Amino acid sequence: MVAEARPRWGDAEVVAAVDVADGIRRITLRRGAREPRRAPAGSHLDVEVDLGGGRRDVRSYSIVSSDETATEVSLSVLAVADSRGGSRHMHALATGDRLRCTQPLQNFELRPGHARQVLLAGGVGITALLAMGEILARRGADHAFVYAGRTRGAMAYLDDVVERHGDAARIHVDDEGTPLDVPTLVAEIAAHPAGHDTELYMCGPIRLMDAVRRAWADAGLPTHHLRFETFGSSGWFTPEEFEVVVPRLGLTRTVRADSTVLETLAEAGVEMMYDCRKGECGLCQVDVVDVDGHVDHRDVFFSADEHRTTRRMCTCVSRAARGDDRASAGAAVLTLDLP
Amino acid sequence: MSVLDQHRTTTAKIFPHPLDAWYVAAWDHEVTARKPLARTVAGRPLALFRTPDGRAAALADACWHRLAPLSMGELTPEGGIQCPYHGLRYDASGRCTSMPAQQTVNPSAAVPSYPVVERYRYVWVWVGDAEKADPDLVPDMSQMDSPEWAGDGLLIEAPCNYQLVLDNLMDLTHEEFVHGSSIGQAELSESEFDTTHDGDTVTVSRWMRDIDPPPFWAKNMRDKFPDFTGRVDRWQIIHYRAPSTICIDVGVAKAGTGAPEGDRSQGVNGYVMNTITPETDRSCHYFWAFMRNYRLESQLITTQLRQGVEGVFAEDEAMLTAQQRAIDAHPDYEFYSLNIDAGGMWVRRILEAMLRAEGRLDEPADRPTDLTRAG
Ligand SMILES: Cc1cc2nc3c(=O)[nH]c(=O)nc-3n(C[C@H](O)[C@H](O)[C@H](O)COP(=O)(O)OP(=O)(O)OC[C@H]3O[C@@H](n4cnc5c(N)ncnc54)[C@H](O)[C@@H]3O)c2cc1C
Ligand code: FES
Ligand code: FES
Ligand SMILES: [Fe+2]
Repeated sequence: MVAEARPRWGDAEVVAAVDVADGIRRITLRRGAREPRRAPAGSHLDVEVDLGGGRRDVRSYSIVSSDETATEVSLSVLAVADSRGGSRHMHALATGDRLRCTQPLQNFELRPGHARQVLLAGGVGITALLAMGEILARRGADHAFVYAGRTRGAMAYLDDVVERHGDAARIHVDDEGTPLDVPTLVAEIAAHPAGHDTELYMCGPIRLMDAVRRAWADAGLPTHHLRFETFGSSGWFTPEEFEVVVPRLGLTRTVRADSTVLETLAEAGVEMMYDCRKGECGLCQVDVVDVDGHVDHRDVFFSADEHRTTRRMCTCVSRAARGDDRASAGAAVLTLDLP
Repeated sequence: MSVLDQHRTTTAKIFPHPLDAWYVAAWDHEVTARKPLARTVAGRPLALFRTPDGRAAALADACWHRLAPLSMGELTPEGGIQCPYHGLRYDASGRCTSMPAQQTVNPSAAVPSYPVVERYRYVWVWVGDAEKADPDLVPDMSQMDSPEWAGDGLLIEAPCNYQLVLDNLMDLTHEEFVHGSSIGQAELSESEFDTTHDGDTVTVSRWMRDIDPPPFWAKNMRDKFPDFTGRVDRWQIIHYRAPSTICIDVGVAKAGTGAPEGDRSQGVNGYVMNTITPETDRSCHYFWAFMRNYRLESQLITTQLRQGVEGVFAEDEAMLTAQQRAIDAHPDYEFYSLNIDAGGMWVRRILEAMLRAEGRLDEPADRPTDLTRAG
């Protein structure tokens, strides 16, 4: 985003690794490099992970705390079942292990200048919001901290949130019968005197964020007041393998579950245009001719209406999926036309 | 290495500037809700404007998209700014709120926005770590808008490193040579002075007793005491507050009426308010005003004093411009110090500590030789 977005890679050493909730482990790294200041709230590190069999890849983890020079930073990682192995690698780290990581990268910046801020964390999304909450509490800003999870035991930093934010904290726990009701939350925000000058910062599962987005639009609140961090690999469907067909080029390819349309077509020698590779700029869009299955739109470039009509899609993040009837109907087939 | 070697930068010719500080970006009246103002503060080009409800805002002067200067754009009715090139709109916090060629707004699109405080008739901005931007750190310049003081000032765009202006104001013996026709006199160099420092302040005091007032002060005395002739006690008490604000308590009183002991009733008192904002390594915005605590009702005196001091400061500007040119023409030459530099050297020491705290002490100016003295 703004300022330095180019990752600089360097070495780091694990100085602590402890469990902080069911399935969530806090990993503290000491980086070789120093920064002029502490890691800003909302920032993350890109970390190189070993997926086994010599395969390396990059995963992002929000920084939950940092020292003054962002030399010692803590992450908190959820163990993801059925994963390619990034979180498994992180959970296996022990004190003294070394790894490669970037400087703090900022994509989710807390900006002063609005009358009120509401933070909304769903599950492990707490990691992206913890430091923001700290700043707002320290400033005595008018804010609320909403934290929703499935069980109390799986909610990392729950006590910290309650203690730090007092009356401003609102905790929702599914298995205690106090789940978050999104329309109610958004209606309350809109009814507040500062409603139309309130920013909502959220990080959590895509379904939660999608519900908030819809309720936000229905309440007539300005869409740019909705700030979110998606933890990347979130769509409506679990990624699965599917076919992509480009009749004009006489081309058919399989898009693996861990690849994208953009990558697959580029590997097939198609000259593709792209820039952000995270579904924001719209440069990688192509025409959708037909889909056998569903198009799983994962971009934020197209509007909800455009997603519904599915005339185009962003190939860097959006996919095709069969969904639940996968076993009976075979892999989804996506037919595209390229500019 | 000796303990004495730790202050390598103290006599740097091109002094770096701290970032974690409030700097004046503009006079309050320069920032409007009609049209953005472009101004570079501490190396950061800014677009300054006001929202319809009067709040001042400071955004980086480069659009997120292709970096066109936002200051060339228009202000929007919603209180934001529109890029002059492809029409992206931003709110006062720097968030993009509209992308004309699409239905959505890229959530990453934003330009940096800087904390702003309006105080003492100035718009102050903080371009460093925003989390440290505590409004209580704005230096006291309360004479600027106190009902007990009246006056006005201007802005000089000085083509020199900001530290040269601080040096100039921390040692007023130059008045004899630079301002001979108005405020200069030989007694300035001849009289003793005291230098004290404490935390982020430095004070230099000089009293000249029983002297003939120079023309500027003789006129001011007659504004308050129309029949006055004769000798005066004259004072200059220079108050520096880091990083670059200098308020000088100046005045004269009828000689022997007790001014040095605290009774200034038989004199006239002014405050020369200076705050210097680094622009680049070799230029700065020099905001000054002359405030007085007598004849508050007279706009005539306000205008005369502003014009008079403008003439005096034009002499400083000419010297500073020429000095910077000579510095740049002699890259291998060093600065050497005199006893009169004590105030300015304490200022440099304080700035050095601020730069060290920001981890920027060794930041090279554009020529590395500028930072260290030979040997
Ligand atoms: C800015 C940012 C901050 C983040 N912060 C945190 C954090 O603080 N804590 C934390 O635990 N995680 C965080 N994440 C998520 C993290 O980067 C990893 O995605 C997560 O650890 C899972 O990685 P994995 O390799 O174990 O699982 P993956 O294999 O990536 O699987 C994770 C999920 O994605 C699905 N998936 C599998 N393949 C693909 C594919 N090709 N495309 C899309 N989805 C796929 C899986 O089915 C599974 O549901 C963050 C992500 C981002 C972008
Ligand atoms: S490359 Fe930017 S949306 Fe796909
Ligand atoms: S450069 Fe500003 S909109 Fe293109
Ligand atoms: Fe001068």
